[in-house]
Amino acid sequence: MAHELYSFTRMTVTVLLFASYADALGRTSIELEIAPGSTVRDVLGALAQLPGGDRLPPRPLVAINEHYAAASAELRGGEEVAVIPPVAGG
Amino acid sequence: MRVAITDDVIDVAALVREVSDDACGASVTFLGTVRDVNDGRAVTGIEYSAYRSMAEREMASIAHEASERFGVSRVVIEHRLGTLRLGDVSVAVVVAHAHRAPALDANRYVIEELKRRVPIWKLELYADGTREWVGAGVAAAGSHT
Repeated sequence: MAHELYSFTRMTVTVLLFASYADALGRTSIELEIAPGSTVRDVLGALAQLPGGDRLPPRPLVAINEHYAAASAELRGGEEVAVIPPVAGG
Repeated sequence: MRVAITDDVIDVAALVREVSDDACGASVTFLGTVRDVNDGRAVTGIEYSAYRSMAEREMASIAHEASERFGVSRVVIEHRLGTLRLGDVSVAVVVAHAHRAPALDANRYVIEELKRRVPIWKLELYADGTREWVGAGVAAAGSHT
């Protein structure tokens, strides 16, 4: 039971990094622990504290579970949060 | 309608055959190719990468939007990833319709939206050995600047 309680209070999201942002932080994904009620903005704030995180812009594009999302979007835990550099397809 | 991210050479003729239909009097093909210069710098190739699953999802949304806006049902979009050399086709958009105007308009819509919002990135490789992320304005890790 204790384990179940623990799983309710501890939330993680998987942060995906690409292209220049992956270069900046030296990796392509990070498991990040977040507090309940955290938003995309909180995740970006946590990323900025990591080595190389100061090379991310203050308000990058973000997608939650493959959909573009606002900085104010709330996270419930378990999401895939992708930080999207300026796109350049074509 | 079909969209795909591929690691292989794009077979343009096969895509044109795929959308062709006896009811269509117009078929429009857009090809994006790797060119030899960007911002005055000599380019030797481009390394394309993507958030693959989201890129396919966005491409599917764009194809669907084109269908709703322009009444086209025969749309195929393919984008290639990996290291491409000069002249290689990086993206193909093929649209067929009974008439040319909707086919042209839908094709333009698809490529403009693709460039605007599909999560794909270009790492440009220059003749002097340096590499840079397009749009980000920063040299790539390991770039010899």
